[in-house]
Amino acid sequence: MNPELKGFLLLSVAKMLVVFVAVLIWVALLTLMERKVSAWIQNRLGPNRVGPGGLLQPAADGLKNLVKEETLPKVANPILFLLAPAMSFVPALLMSAIIPFAAPLPLDFDFSLPLLGRFVHAGSTPMVVADLPVGFLFVLAISSMGVYGIAIAGWSSNSKYSLLGGLRASAQMVSYEVALGLSVIPILLLAGNVSFSSVIADQQGGLWYVLPLFLAFFLFVVSGLAETNRLPFDMPEAESELIAGFHTEYSSMKFAMFFIAEYANVITVSAMTVTLFLGGWDIPFTAWDQQGGLLQTLATGSFFVVKVMFFVFLFMWIRWTLPRFRYDQLMSLGWKFLIEVATVYFVVIAIAIHLIGRVWGVTDPRAMGWWLFALNLVLCYIVFVLLDRGLVIEGSSPQRRPVPPSVTSEAMES
Amino acid sequence: MMVEIVFYVFAATAILSALMCITQRNPIASAFWLISTMLALAGIFVLLEAHFIAAVQVLVYAGAIMVLFLFVIMLLNLSGRVSDIRGRLSWVVATVIAVALTASLIGLRAYTPERLAQEVTGSLQITPDVAFQSGDLARAAAESRGVIGVFAEPLFGTYLVPFEITGLLLLTAIVGAVVLAKRRL
Repeated sequence: MNPELKGFLLLSVAKMLVVFVAVLIWVALLTLMERKVSAWIQNRLGPNRVGPGGLLQPAADGLKNLVKEETLPKVANPILFLLAPAMSFVPALLMSAIIPFAAPLPLDFDFSLPLLGRFVHAGSTPMVVADLPVGFLFVLAISSMGVYGIAIAGWSSNSKYSLLGGLRASAQMVSYEVALGLSVIPILLLAGNVSFSSVIADQQGGLWYVLPLFLAFFLFVVSGLAETNRLPFDMPEAESELIAGFHTEYSSMKFAMFFIAEYANVITVSAMTVTLFLGGWDIPFTAWDQQGGLLQTLATGSFFVVKVMFFVFLFMWIRWTLPRFRYDQLMSLGWKFLIEVATVYFVVIAIAIHLIGRVWGVTDPRAMGWWLFALNLVLCYIVFVLLDRGLVIEGSSPQRRPVPPSVTSEAMES
Repeated sequence: MMVEIVFYVFAATAILSALMCITQRNPIASAFWLISTMLALAGIFVLLEAHFIAAVQVLVYAGAIMVLFLFVIMLLNLSGRVSDIRGRLSWVVATVIAVALTASLIGLRAYTPERLAQEVTGSLQITPDVAFQSGDLARAAAESRGVIGVFAEPLFGTYLVPFEITGLLLLTAIVGAVVLAKRRL
């Protein structure tokens, strides 16, 4: 093995360790954040006994989950029952491998170790475990693998609540994957490439895609929320109908693995939203972050985390504010609204890009962005105001029923 | 060297999973082995520098189609009652199909890269390296135009008409499925 390859391997292994450990710790802290945010929204205090301000609560929870009794239902399929938590845990963590979290870091080293030999690396290192050329297609592919864990957990438990949860999960995730996939097509049209690094570079040159592609951003966040199976889309584990849905029969660490997968998915969807629509690690209104260097890498990395935390907080806010959808409402929202709007939207954007770019000859990405933003204002008015007359989410708006005359006359008499 | 090791790992996984898929009694387990085969194939596609095909293989086959397979198996609850397809007639049919497939595989061995190059280009002057771009050329093309561009330009340029015909065929299938499934239109 030549020294360059060894240097590359060393760096890759280091990045893998850093990213996966960071995501796992982040997940642990998110469980605390979720409880604190819910407490704040419901005017409570939340966990505050373990450690300063409850900071060690995740450690206590983890320890509790480790030492609790493992149960295995007698009628369950033992192999698949054990396999299911791992199958939802692995894809959730795998997705964090391809999201760039900071500006590239110039790194040169040349040293030798006993037994292992010489390690050489030169040039800028992208701050991502693997900058895959397929970019967000990989994320879509891996997130579609996540459904197996839940579906199999539901089926292998051999209990009717679990099975219903598993079936709901697979139907829901397959439906919303279509909307998720369609909502990123406008990005492909604008950036011309699917790899995350080129999407970020394109946003640094022009506008953040949240402005020129606002409707795609909205569709992406909604279907991403449904992909993570969180409220208001948590049909698979709706506790008032299904006890705990697909993980009813799970206990101790296996249950915790579903939990970790859910929070890792929240982080990934937030990080995807940030990378695709909010410029990734880009710091706005300055070109300082593009020069490279340790300081830039640290600054962009922290800025990325701040942006991701905003979306994580948004998801928690939504969870503790909105009630759960009914299952048929969820399906009609996915199939009868999101997919149609996403399809029409990317056709409109394709025509607009052709008109603005080719026919009018606007080549500056920033000017193009502002034109598309103006178009989006019109489209948003059409979608959110003109089309939505209590139709988008059936029955969510109060429907005034004509009061029968007999009732009013009785009420007036009494 | 490294690439070859990785290839053999994926190839062995694909073949073993395929064998497990057809020998398992439990249909759910079979479905999972099939998913494993598809993932190994996706790995081989990546080794061939066909990143887009690999991603679509996972996205469409392993991610969407197999979920529907599992859905059907889970809803019908087939597990344990599969012996009815193992009659004597099935064995005869299976043997005939297996022999035919093996024979065609042996026949395909004659298709060396040189012969394919000759059939594609009509002469032996062009070497396989030119007729079939090697990994380096594919990698360079993907870097300059992006993985999607490499794939999309021939698809929507040279092969536009076949593409549109395929699209029309799929549309017909969808309309047919809706008409058959929906009792009252």
